[in-house]
Amino acid sequence: MADKQAQVLESQLEYLSLSKPRRILYKFTHFFTSIPKKIKRAFSSTPGKARKLSSSFFGVFRNLFSAFRYGDWKTRLSALLMGFGLVTRRQILRGVFYFLFEAAFIFFMIIIGAPSLGNLGNLGYIASSKHTELNDIITISVPKYYDNSFTILLYSIITIFLILLFVVLWYNQLVDSKKLQDSENIGKYASDRTSVKNIFDKSYATTLLAIPIGGLFVFTILPMVMMIAIAFTDYDYLHEPTDKLFEWVGFYNFGTVFSITSSSGGNSILLQVFGRVLLWTLVWAFFATFSNYFIGMVVAMIINIKGIKLKKLWRTVLITTIAIPQFISLLLISQMFSDEGIVNSFLQMLHITSKNIRFLSDPIIAKITIILVNTWVGIPYTMLICTGLLMNIPEDLYESARIDGASPFTMYFKITLPYMLFVTGPYLINQFVGNINNFNVIYLLSQGGPSFTAAFVGQVVPALVRDSNVGQTDLLITWIYKITTNSSYDYGMASVLGLMIFVIIAFFSLIFYSNSSANKDEEAFQ
Amino acid sequence: MENVKKNNYRSHKRAIRTRNFFVYFFLILMSVIWLIPFLYLLFQSFSSVYTTKFFMPYANTPENVAAGYPVWTFNNYIKLFNNPYYHFGSWYKNTLIISAVSCIVETVMVLGTSYAFSRLRFSLRKPLMKLILILGMFPGFLSMIIIYFILKLFGLSGNIYSLILIYIGGSAMQYYIAKGFFDTVPRSLDEAAMIDGANKNTIFFRVIMPLSKPIVVYTLLITFTAPWGDFMMPSYLAQGNDAARTVAVGMQKMITTLENRAEYFPVFCAGGVVVSIPIMALFFWLQKYYVEGITGGAVKG
Repeated sequence: MADKQAQVLESQLEYLSLSKPRRILYKFTHFFTSIPKKIKRAFSSTPGKARKLSSSFFGVFRNLFSAFRYGDWKTRLSALLMGFGLVTRRQILRGVFYFLFEAAFIFFMIIIGAPSLGNLGNLGYIASSKHTELNDIITISVPKYYDNSFTILLYSIITIFLILLFVVLWYNQLVDSKKLQDSENIGKYASDRTSVKNIFDKSYATTLLAIPIGGLFVFTILPMVMMIAIAFTDYDYLHEPTDKLFEWVGFYNFGTVFSITSSSGGNSILLQVFGRVLLWTLVWAFFATFSNYFIGMVVAMIINIKGIKLKKLWRTVLITTIAIPQFISLLLISQMFSDEGIVNSFLQMLHITSKNIRFLSDPIIAKITIILVNTWVGIPYTMLICTGLLMNIPEDLYESARIDGASPFTMYFKITLPYMLFVTGPYLINQFVGNINNFNVIYLLSQGGPSFTAAFVGQVVPALVRDSNVGQTDLLITWIYKITTNSSYDYGMASVLGLMIFVIIAFFSLIFYSNSSANKDEEAFQ
Repeated sequence: MENVKKNNYRSHKRAIRTRNFFVYFFLILMSVIWLIPFLYLLFQSFSSVYTTKFFMPYANTPENVAAGYPVWTFNNYIKLFNNPYYHFGSWYKNTLIISAVSCIVETVMVLGTSYAFSRLRFSLRKPLMKLILILGMFPGFLSMIIIYFILKLFGLSGNIYSLILIYIGGSAMQYYIAKGFFDTVPRSLDEAAMIDGANKNTIFFRVIMPLSKPIVVYTLLITFTAPWGDFMMPSYLAQGNDAARTVAVGMQKMITTLENRAEYFPVFCAGGVVVSIPIMALFFWLQKYYVEGITGGAVKG
């Protein structure tokens, strides 16, 4: 242990003795040289983790075994009739609940679950057929619907979740029944009253989380799993359920994005467009996050300067932006900056320019405009957050720096910035992720801006680019929106792009969260 | 010696004066940049006709009208509510109902979740928090398509009020800020209450909640204002039904499909003012709590 500390100290001394560029180099090389060490550490901790995992895994089977081996007839019967053990041991409410759940589950499986799961392999055989019907006088042809791929997929996923839930509940009631039996043997009884009391005490977490987590399952997890599944199907406007079926296509959609010779057009336009949209998404997220952050911090510092009057007024002016719904200001600004908008007509009136500046319809200028407008939107938030935090920095730090003759710039880069970066780290990463998915600013300002189609004149443009009318300022998220809302929509491809966003965000977030101090000790401030 | 000192003192004073000059110049410039769009919105909403040449309308005199200048008028606000093309009144009512209901239910959910994650220790705590973190990385928009179809299966797709269900369903995802705030409330308070015989429920409502007024008001404010600006999901749900829109969707459609821009742009601006006023009033009224909430909960190192 002491050895290790000495080593760390030595390397720190070594680091401090280096000159500035060398320090950067040292940090850089250190990052790479430490990779094997990190991997080694990860591996050395695996056996312990595996042991922990396996013990909890086998614990489940141990509990089940003891329930069957040592349980009395009531406990054993509750393996078949859920809740039987509980009802016969004074826990009537919970027992009845379990029993009703079992009945509902079996009913669901027979009516919906089993048929859907059976069809999951090919998502249905026949979608619809024309069917002649004798209608009083004449025969008319009526479409008759059979299989609906979407419903089959959705019900199958719901069924899988329900089966998992059933297994968990089945296990719980069995183990509970065994526990009740054990405590009965030593003369302790737990009736309905105990379980009602527990709702507000011992199992309060369940009480609080039941509805939110349930909502999470229905409105987030279920759709997410569904979307991932759809990424592997050919669900598009040619395969819209009730009339047509869609089916599994494996990794075909992923191949379409990355293939250089796309099957439809024979060129790499889709890959090019994807690359450019992705690049712009990242550039946008970077600039949008950091321009807001730094300018907002500077504004907060300027307002905080001692001796500046009317501090409240300046802040209120900025806060007005937050108070007014964002979509109104964005729509309004998009009008002001449009080709025939008031900004252009004023610039011409003042003879600054002679013709219209295409603020939102020129590929390059539109990007700059959007980033600037976003700064306008975002600075007030950063200013608010920074104002409070800047006041928390101990004044004596600055005092002593001033005595040592530090310039304001040195103080900013050596005291203010490190402190702020440390404290606002989680906020910053949330902003970055939020900006990758920032639909509103882009869609309400430029609607994706100048279209890509003009750049590929004379070439066969894939439908994904042409019909969705993807533009130069489109982010991945707005492109997806366009793919799913135009006339030749393609949900399969939209999900593929969505999964890519997920991968990108996960990459950045994991890098951050694994190094974040806020994540490591959440109780530091208690 | 004396002289030098005096000079230094003077130059210091002068330096501060020049610095202040630049700072005030910057602040005034900043205020102008930030206020112009709002003044523009306000002036246009009272303007008789939209032209790109004028920032604000002229006095309502016959000469100005004859010259084709925009003049002050209140007609836009009347037009806004009596309009065959745009059902602004029903958009407004929809948004108000949705935000009022979801605000109350969501706040209870968010605070409950945050309390559970901050104070209660149960075996699934860490896994659930990690799960929510990962779910947050998935573009929520994609699931909207599926949610739309799920609602369609239940025959709720054309119903704008199903938004309430969707907002409530997403409330678990917003636990971060309130949890960050609860984390800073000393644990010894819980322990003292527990010794006095309080159960977890009592601690939550009688100990933590009264101490967390800023975060409660912050959550109420955020959940109330969110539906006013949310765009994607409502636009999906309101497809093909003009009356079943929220203000955000309605006004976006209004400005992108504007037939007679000269006549209807001022009406749009009037709509913007009508939407902004209640939100703004609420915001300035509760501003103190908003600032405390965001600095107390959002950020900690």
